[in-house]
Amino acid sequence: MSFSQKLSKWDIKFSPYLYISPFFLMFAVVGLFPIGYTAVISFMDWDLVRNSGEFVGFDQYVWILSQPHFWTALRNTFSIFLLSSVPQLILAIFIAAVLDRHIRAKTFWRMSVLVPYVVAPIAVGLIFNAMFADQSGFINGILQAIGLSAVPWHVEPLWSHVAIATMVNYRWTGYNTLILLAAMQAVNRDYYEAATVDGAGPVRQFFAITMPSLKPTLIFVIITSTIGGLQIFDEPRVFDQFGRGGAAQQWLTITLYLYDIGWGQWNFGRAAAMAWILFIIILLIGLVNLVVTRSLVRDEGLHRELTRRQERKLAKTAKQSVKEDQR
Amino acid sequence: MKSRALRRIGLIAGAATTTAIVLAGCTGGGTPTPTSSGDGDKNFEGVELTLATFNDFGYTDELLAEFTEETGIKVVHNKAATSNDARANFFQKLGKSGLADVEGVEVDWFTEMMKYSDLVAPVPDDLKGRWLDWKEQAATDANGNLVAYGTDIGPQAICYRGDLFEAAGLPSDRAEVAKLFPTWDAFFDVADDYVAKTGKPFIDSANSVLQGLVNQLEIAYEQPDGTIVATENADIRAAYDTVVDRAIPIASYAGQWSDDWYASMAGGEFAAMLCPPWMHGIIAGEAPDVTGWDVADAFPEGGGNWGGSYLVVPANGANVEASQLLADWLTSPETQIKAFNNAGTFPSQPDAQSSADLTGFVNDYFNGAPTGEIGINRANAITVATYKGEKYFQFHDALQNAVTRVFDGLEDKEKSWNTWVTEVSAF
Repeated sequence: MSFSQKLSKWDIKFSPYLYISPFFLMFAVVGLFPIGYTAVISFMDWDLVRNSGEFVGFDQYVWILSQPHFWTALRNTFSIFLLSSVPQLILAIFIAAVLDRHIRAKTFWRMSVLVPYVVAPIAVGLIFNAMFADQSGFINGILQAIGLSAVPWHVEPLWSHVAIATMVNYRWTGYNTLILLAAMQAVNRDYYEAATVDGAGPVRQFFAITMPSLKPTLIFVIITSTIGGLQIFDEPRVFDQFGRGGAAQQWLTITLYLYDIGWGQWNFGRAAAMAWILFIIILLIGLVNLVVTRSLVRDEGLHRELTRRQERKLAKTAKQSVKEDQR
Repeated sequence: MKSRALRRIGLIAGAATTTAIVLAGCTGGGTPTPTSSGDGDKNFEGVELTLATFNDFGYTDELLAEFTEETGIKVVHNKAATSNDARANFFQKLGKSGLADVEGVEVDWFTEMMKYSDLVAPVPDDLKGRWLDWKEQAATDANGNLVAYGTDIGPQAICYRGDLFEAAGLPSDRAEVAKLFPTWDAFFDVADDYVAKTGKPFIDSANSVLQGLVNQLEIAYEQPDGTIVATENADIRAAYDTVVDRAIPIASYAGQWSDDWYASMAGGEFAAMLCPPWMHGIIAGEAPDVTGWDVADAFPEGGGNWGGSYLVVPANGANVEASQLLADWLTSPETQIKAFNNAGTFPSQPDAQSSADLTGFVNDYFNGAPTGEIGINRANAITVATYKGEKYFQFHDALQNAVTRVFDGLEDKEKSWNTWVTEVSAF
């Protein structure tokens, strides 16, 4: 084998790895390394300024788990997550279904649902804070004008969660709508035509055709909004002037607590341990979500009521009967 | 939604410090080393320094141009929007690289910095004595090194609404009002009287009273030897009791700086505020349409300091000597007077306080009150510099939360105190 032959052999063997290596190198530097470094720091009593630490084992994890604030933060995070993700996804599916139909100025409506997403989170925070202010707020003004009592948005935990979830929903509903709309557009129009011929109304069509076809997209949207929801930070951070979750931790979320431990108290060992705990929580919830979503949303079973095996069997018998007829 | 996750990580990494980081990006490199003329007399011609401050120190471009004219040193001034931005940026880079040659540090996080006092260049000995005693003392580390150049202080006075006072049957003349507040008891009696007559809150917030009380204690939460006394300190308990029993009923809000608080200032809902000189600009800026604000030359039980800043020179900077020269110049009495004229930052140098520019200063918004002279009197009335340990910020913040919980009706007085005790034990 000549050298050039060898060279071309190596080329075939190793070049592909070389071509894709930039991604993995980048991932190692900006992805893997910080994750590993965080794990190392989480076992240390870390001094950021002097960049040194003392190994303390699982102390930081024990400390976090023994903090009442951590459990309050966990409760708040889930509460805000549920209050935002659930209505947001239902609303997004509904709006997407409406946009999927034949309406005037389609593109205009489709683009306009994305407008809130483009607004900077801090701007959203400022606007909504002015609206949700306990005394001078626009919303309480309206409530009082129609004879209801003002809502203590910054006092009662549940109300603060509702207010924060509103900000989240404002920003993310449009985003999810567009993803779901794209999935809906991919559904074969023949199904709808057939269903119309069969006499199924829009509601029946939605549940029998649209929803089942959305399953993979829904799983994606639910998983990503779970990750985002559990990492919720900007909205509770800008909810009051201090950004520390309220005097009684009414709207302290896990990431907010993490930030405060890290950048408020300069305790990066604890903050790193907290980051890993959050990572594990997200992993667990993600798995639970996947299982639940899979079993809740029915498979494309309605327009294919039989399994492939049954279909093959049917085809076989049909073929045979045709053969027998020909005989 | 990947962008969402990424953005969140970005936020955690920097939150509102984006400005600071961007600014810091400009501070690296490009600074030529000073050329020594060899005979000990330094020549800094062509040197470029960076100066990082926040809010408004009063260091205008014209002011810095004067320095360049005198020394030939160019100064690039980076301003962070808030003290919190500056704090995050400062501690992320201290001991590493990327800090400006001269950095502004606020008293609220100054004690945190004192833990790393070996990482900043000490102030030359010949400058000792330039500042007020307590200002200097707070910046002296365990080894006796003065490590920071004092800029401004916040001697508290009482700002009041003359029109509302008059309507409630109280005196409205500056000198008369000053006599109303010799002690905290007298202060709260006047306040109760006002609330009873008008049905409106007297003061803006309960936590500003807590701030006022704590700033009059010698020992707050930690002793100079590091012992934590927060929960056992009878003075702290007394301050808490006073605030809950007497300040909450007369206060409009639990704390300051909320949207409601700003709106209520603009609407002119409350009649008085505890106000250091830097608050004057905030009131005038937020409530331009409210007339009747005035400043009384008084503060219950003497004096109290709230806020103020220092300049420090990171020891690992490229041009420590030139930077020291800049910090020296900026905190000289003459320059501080100019800064006061620019931004109302009250000088911490006794020499500056005898200057006619300061003694004759009159604030038109506050009904022509001689705020320069009042500031001097209030600064002289300060007898105690509260010892603020490195965790002061955490302790005080948690205690403020305790007051807020009572204010909001979430917990009663005892329960909220106990919650605070539990929280403090976890620090």
